[in-house]
This record gives sequence, structure tokens and C-alpha cells, in this order.
Amino acid sequence: MSYTCGLLPVLDQHEDHHYEMSEYEGAKARWCPGCGDHSILTAVQRLLAAEQLVPEQTMMVSGIGCSSRLPHYMKTYGFHGLHGRALPVATGIKLHRPELTVFVTMGDGDCTSIGAGHWVHAMRYNVDMVAMMLDNGIYGLTKNQTSPTTPQGFKSNTQPYGSILPPLNPLEVALGITNASFVAQTAEWAPSHLYATLRAAYKHKGFSFVRILQRCPVYTPAIYQKAVQDPARIQLLVHDDGVVTPDLDKIYQSQLHHDPRDLAAARALAEQTETIKLGVFYRDPSKPRYEETRRVAPRTPAERVALLEKEFARYAV
Amino acid sequence: MSAASATAAPAPPKVLRVPEHTVEIVSDSGEGAQKCGQIFGAVSAKMGNGVWTVELIPAEIQPPPRVPEGASGNRIRLGEHAVTNWGDRTNLVIAFNEQVLLARHRVDSLADDAVILIEDKWARSEDADIVAQWDAAMKELSGKHYRIIPVAMEDQCLTIVDNPKKGKNMFALGLLARVYGRDMERIKEQIAHAFRKKSEEVYNSNVALLELGYHWAEDNIDFRVEIPTHAADKPLVVMNGNEAIGMGAIASGMELCAMYPITPATSVSHYLSEVFEKFGGIVHQAEDEIAACGVAIGASYAGKVAFTITSGPGMALKTEFLGLAVMTETPLVLVNVQRGGPSTGLPTKVEQSDMLAALYGQTGDSPHIVMAPATIEECFHIMITARRLAETFRTLVMVLTDANLATGVSPYPKPTLDEAWQAAPLDLAPVKEGQKAYAWNKDTGLSDRIIPGRPGGMFTLTGLSHDEGSKVAYSSGIHQHSSAMRSRKIAVLQSLLVPPTVYGEESGDLLVVGWGSTKGAIEEAVDRARKEGLKVSSLHLRFLSPLEPGLKDIFKKFKKVMTVEINYSDEIGDPYINEENRRRGQLSILLRNATLVDVDCWGRVPGEPLRPMSIVDAIRGRVPRGGAK
Ligand SMILES: Cc1ncc(C[n+]2csc(CCOP(=O)(O)OP(=O)(O)O)c2C)c(N)n1
Ligand SMILES: [Mg+2]
Repeated sequence: MSYTCGLLPVLDQHEDHHYEMSEYEGAKARWCPGCGDHSILTAVQRLLAAEQLVPEQTMMVSGIGCSSRLPHYMKTYGFHGLHGRALPVATGIKLHRPELTVFVTMGDGDCTSIGAGHWVHAMRYNVDMVAMMLDNGIYGLTKNQTSPTTPQGFKSNTQPYGSILPPLNPLEVALGITNASFVAQTAEWAPSHLYATLRAAYKHKGFSFVRILQRCPVYTPAIYQKAVQDPARIQLLVHDDGVVTPDLDKIYQSQLHHDPRDLAAARALAEQTETIKLGVFYRDPSKPRYEETRRVAPRTPAERVALLEKEFARYAV
Repeated sequence: MSAASATAAPAPPKVLRVPEHTVEIVSDSGEGAQKCGQIFGAVSAKMGNGVWTVELIPAEIQPPPRVPEGASGNRIRLGEHAVTNWGDRTNLVIAFNEQVLLARHRVDSLADDAVILIEDKWARSEDADIVAQWDAAMKELSGKHYRIIPVAMEDQCLTIVDNPKKGKNMFALGLLARVYGRDMERIKEQIAHAFRKKSEEVYNSNVALLELGYHWAEDNIDFRVEIPTHAADKPLVVMNGNEAIGMGAIASGMELCAMYPITPATSVSHYLSEVFEKFGGIVHQAEDEIAACGVAIGASYAGKVAFTITSGPGMALKTEFLGLAVMTETPLVLVNVQRGGPSTGLPTKVEQSDMLAALYGQTGDSPHIVMAPATIEECFHIMITARRLAETFRTLVMVLTDANLATGVSPYPKPTLDEAWQAAPLDLAPVKEGQKAYAWNKDTGLSDRIIPGRPGGMFTLTGLSHDEGSKVAYSSGIHQHSSAMRSRKIAVLQSLLVPPTVYGEESGDLLVVGWGSTKGAIEEAVDRARKEGLKVSSLHLRFLSPLEPGLKDIFKKFKKVMTVEINYSDEIGDPYINEENRRRGQLSILLRNATLVDVDCWGRVPGEPLRPMSIVDAIRGRVPRGGAK
């Protein structure tokens, strides 16, 4: 695909402008008070400011759900599409405009239920973007229905006698997908870890899947509460190639040195759910990226016409 | 009858001079009948005959040998002048076994006096079952006045090659070349092209078999067919409708085709996959149709209009995304190469049953543009129009073709290419101060589209109801207004269209209205009916949403209006069916709604293109001699 814009002189008008965090703020966020999504929004805005991302060259793509409202609260370009279908839209944007920086926001239902097929394939395409799954273990927007990540036994409006199935483990799924290149987990109540993880995801060239544990104060206030109150239930995966957060050392004393290049170890860790593990499970920047392997030389209209004349000659009577 | 020995001095063949002739070549799948038919069609076009070729495709990839369901091949209709459809029945058949011949006989494909050249080794088989099948077939065929000429094709081939299974099709091509007086040098060029990836040896043995067939026919076939040829006054190209769609997409400057494989649409992507990259485009095979549509929408939103291509079941899956394209006013081109439905239906066969789904299948009010090309040539040009309309009107444009256009091969004048057909380079200029995401013109509903990368824009588009600024809005006033703005665009487009032209007289007893691939067959039927003295004309529509203007005035000049469509409709007179409960043809529903004219319909779903003669019958049924009541 061509970016004909690349043929135009590039005016760099951004060089001397310093973006404040407030310049990334869009409409006022309308999530419930105490919703973990607020903290995620702040972390994203902080990241954009820290990296001085140009607002018009940054895209927020989302599906449908409480979490998918995030693009409206940013001052970047945004596309708030269909439930479960953020990833195909984001893929199309990147295929045509690889120079844009793309962030995707999905809910747990969005990503692991209705959009599960796209999730698997997006991981495999490994198109360069940050894909955030805001996991509150419930369908929030539609008011308290069981999601694939709802803890077993949890009572919801659709499974009032308790969630029937054991929850799907998104990390295990992600780490099982061929060509996965970045898998991490963080939590919205550990803002510096959240920020550091999103930053690592942004820095990674490829599809960065980040599961963000997120509290829903209305429907699932309890599911992460023990971990919030008792840091011993959390283990940090630390590594220079992953995430390091020295400011959290005092709170989270359980730490494990994990090399994100070690896929087998990452899978083994993903399986262990007695403690919640935060950090980069896996990262391999050498995995092929679809938008790169599919990159083709752009054509001008005149070149295209000349080539098409030749093509017609093949079909000449 | 047995073939005369090759040594006997042949009497000069009888020459049959005809304005048109239809040939079929049928075999088990994999025996190469299609390659033979394609080369024969291409050479005939080059020589100056009108040609319409259709593929006869079994639904399975490897059906067992020698079964009627496995019949595979081509039907080629040749004419002195342009041929616009596959015609009625076949005049000459080459069959590689009697079972595939039976298949064609049973669907009433063969003219009563058809000449049949058939491989006769089956009659001499050591397998008693095969001989019995042969005998039974001959008995079944004897009800007609076919002239059956047995040909020992494999025995002949064996005189120069070891494996007659490969290359028998070239022997058959030689037979046709002689009977129809085709230019052998041109055939050899086509063979060289068809086998360009194979060795010189393969080419040589194919040419030897071709010549063997030619000489055998010279010595043994007592007739020849002559169809006058006319050198074309402008350069022609020959291709099928799906290739034309692909080339049209290239000519329009689109750079992304996102798809998921589905017959009969897939061959567009086969073609594009081969060539698109050198034009700066890619074919993205997505994980499913939903994703394909999403990827196309994402790419379109971000810059140049992209397209997605599918058939009925795939269009159903894309439904929710199509509504999103309309709601976010993201230009998108969708091509639906229609097949028989509902459900998986008739995967390889033609039907025009997706019109209402295309028009009204999305949830909510989802105004968009729907067009249908009528010819292979229009398949090319419609893609250029579709891209431009999608961009100008900031909406979804659907293009409905069908399996008849997709697999039909026919020559058309080579388009004079124009750079202006292509999408403009991306505009990344800063957005004007105060510019809205949807700055709807109150009269037209049109607005400028702003793509990411433009400083000062930074809008978030959403499928939720929204105001001009793309702010999520739940108030009834805003929804009413934005609905009107999206709807208005369709009326604006209609105001720019010209009324369609009537084929034939502008008034009369009956006006036949059609859409899509049936144009050639309908107009041929109208010509024949007029020769019988019936006052019939026809009208063919390219736009279904908006409809072309002026229809009511055109209809008023006819006593009766009737659509002819390849979709199901009840017939008055069927059990339980009356005027009120009759389920009508899809175009007739649309036209009745738009014009309040009592538009009748005639529809059939035979799993094949309509034959002109069946349309003539329908016309006779609706217009008794002496005029309509
Ligand atoms: C096709 C479709 N099906 C169902 C819905 C209704 N729906 C909207 S959001 C949602 C689930 C939201 O849950 P989740 O993805 O976890 O996001 P959250 O609201 O919890 O952030 C559902 C079922 C829809 N909008 N579209
Ligand atoms: Mg949720």
C-alpha cells in the first residue's frame, strides 16, 4: 500500500511544541466514581505526554463496553467501533497508515468472548500496536453479566447461582498463539506499574497485549480486593528487558526475576494463578510484523495507468 | 455409427453457414475440458466472433469419475455479432464420457438436433458395468434427434503419446479448430501462453495432439460450421467479470482488498493476489468476513477507500460493520458476487436473491448506495464509480454482481484509462479552526471527511448516535437530524442521475424491467418477441439505491410492467397464492414501493443463467397476441 502523503513534503511543525498532559485530554470521563478505567486513562495520557506523541498521529481504537469509551476522553484521533471488533479496524488503519501510533482498548467480554477470534489472529499478525484489555471480570456496560474471565462461582445477572465455568486465562491463551511477541499483565491500582508496563508495550515493535486488571466498583468490587489489600498476593516479574518499578519494591516484596525471552517459563508462570503476577511475561522483538511483510512500494497514478495498460495487453483480443 | 477409417479419401464436408452456434465441451473434472473451452473461446474472439463463455462447474473438487454430477467444462456461444448471454441450447457437444453427457442432456442443455462427438472407448470397455451404463445412456439419449458421432479419442492420442489422459483436451481442441475453421497459429499462441510455466516438451506434445485432432476431423467429420467474423473497429479485451472487477479496483486507485474466501467471489482475490502488489495494493485474507470488513473500514477511515468482496453468506456476517460504515460515514466499497441462497445455498450457481438483504439487511435506518453492473465491461467501470461515490458521499457503496458475470467470459472494448479515476493523494493539511467531524450541509447532508494525521482534527468517530461534532448524543432531536442528513445524501445522488433509456419502443403493451447480469438475455428475448409482433420493450437498472429517476413516467407508457429476475417469486395460480399473499420478485417489490405501479414479476431460480427462450415464454404468457388487457 502506498502512503501518498509520503510523496508530499513533510512539514515538521511539531518540533518546538511541547505537549502538556492536558493537551491529550478529551471529553470529561463519565465512568463511575472509583472505576479503575480512570486510572488507566491517566496512565495513557501520561505516557503520551512523556513520549511527546503527536496527537494527530496517534489513534485510539476501541470496541464497545465501559472501557471502550476511552477514545472519547482523549484528544487524539479515535475510532469507537463495534463490540468485539476493535482489532480488525486497528489492523486496517495500520496496514494503510503504518506511521500512525495505535492504541486499542477492549473489555474482557470484548476481547476474550465476542472478539476472541480477532484477538487470536491479531496476536498472530503481530501488527505494531498496544492492545489493552481492561479486565474487570464482568460485562460492565450491559450491567452485570458473566464474562469469560469471571471467577467461577461469582454470581451475576445471567448466572445468578454462580459462574458455571472456570475462568478463561487470557495470558495462557495469548502465550499459546504462534507469533505472539509481547504479553504482559498489570493492574490499575498499581499506577506506576501500569505506567511502566504500558511504556514497555509502547516501546515494543509488534502487537503488545496487555491485560490490565481493573476493578469495577459496582459489579465486581470484590474480585481483586484481597490482592489490593494484601500485596503479598501479588508477585512482580522483574527484568531489565521487562518492567522494573523500584518505587514498588517496598510494597511488593514478592518478586521474581523472569527473562521475558523465555517462553516456556512465561507459559509456566501464566498457569500459576495462586498469586497474581504482574510484569512482562514474554517479549520477542524479532517476530515478523504483518504490516512490514505486506509493505509494498507505492505507485503514482501515472505509474499505475502504465502498468494497467500492460495488464490489459495480456487480455487483448 | 462407426468412424470412417482415416485412410479413406474424405468427401468435401458440408458447410453450415450460421449467424451463431453454441458449443459445449464436458469431461470429468480434471480432464482439461475447461482449458480447451477457454482457448477455443479466446481464439474465436480474436478472430472476430462475438463470444460468451461460461464455466460448467461441479460443486465438488474431486467428484468420482464418470458420474453426471461431476460434469465439468465450458459452454461457448459464438456469434457473428456481439454475444451478450449464454443463449438457449447447445448445437455441438464434445463429451469425454457418456455420463457427463447425460448431465447436460438432463438439464435440457442440448438442442434437439445437437451434434455430439463422444469418446467411445467406454462402449468397448472390458468392464461389463461400464458397457451397461453406456448402453443405458444411449437409450436415454435416443428420445432426441441428436446426431451422435463416436470418436476413439484416447486410441488416437495413444498413437503419439503414452498417457492419453493428459492432452485429450488438446485433441478435442483440434476437432473444434477444424469444424469451426479456427486459426491454428492463434491457437498455438494460446497454448504457449497457457503452458508458459511448463517445459517446451509439454508445449510440443500439446501441439502435436492439437494437430492430430485437426487432421482426424478433416478426414472423418463430414461438416463444417462457418460463422461470419468481423474485425473489431476498436481494440478489445476478453476476461471474466471477476477479473474485470479486480482490474476496475486497480484502475480506481484502491489499494486494499480485504476478503475471506467464498465462491463465486474468491476469484477476484485470486486475480488480485497475483498482480495487486505491483500496483501498490494488497489483498488481505482476514480470519473471517467480519474481520475483512473491519480491516477495510479501518483502512478507509485512515485514508484511501478500501473494498471488501464476498458472496451472500459473507455479506450477512458483515452486516453490523456495514451499518458502522454508514453511521460513521466511512466510505467503503463492498462487492457481493451473488450465488444461490438462503444459507449455503447453491455455492457455484447464479442467483439475484440478495438485493433486499443488500438494501435493507442492516439494522436501524442505514441509507447507502447499491449498484449492479449488467455486463462484464460494466464490472470494470462500476468499481471506479463505486470508489468515487463512496468518497464523495462518505458512505457505503454496494456492488451486486453474480456468478453469471463472475464466470462468464466475453470481449469488450478496451477502456481508455484515466489517471483521474484514481483516488487523490491523502490530504494531511491542518483542519480549519472550528471544523466539525461531520459538518453536514443542511440541504445535502454532505460533509468533508477528516482523516487521522491532520492537525487540529482529533475527532473520535463512533457508531453511537452523535451530533456534528461526533459527540455521543442520545437526544431525540439530534438522532432525527443526523438520520435525515445520512438519508438526504441518497436523494442528492438521485438528483444527479439521468433517467434510464428504454430498449425498444418507448410505449407498448409490456415493459420488462431487469437488473444485473440478465440484461443480455432480456434484450435478446425482447428482440425475438418483437419479431413475433409483440409490443414489448425493456429497461435495465444499474442503480438500486437510489433508484434511477423518472421510472414512473416510463412505466406509465406501458399497459403492463413486469420484472424478470433470477430470484424466487410465487406465481398466481399456485396453491394458496393470491394477489395479497404473493411473495414477489425483489426488484418488483422495490419498484412497486417507489412508483405505486402494479409491477408484476417473473422469476426463476434454476441455478443457471436465464435462457432467452424462457424469457420469451414468460413474455408471451403476459402479453397475449393482440395486446395486453
Ligand atoms: C453485537 C453486540 N452484542 C452485544 C452488545 C451489548 N454489549 C455492549 S458492551 C457488552 C459487554 C461489555 O463487557 P466488556 O467487554 O467486559 O466491557 P466493560 O463494559 O466491562 O468494560 C455487551 C454484551 C453489543 N453492543 N453488540
Ligand atoms: Mg468487562
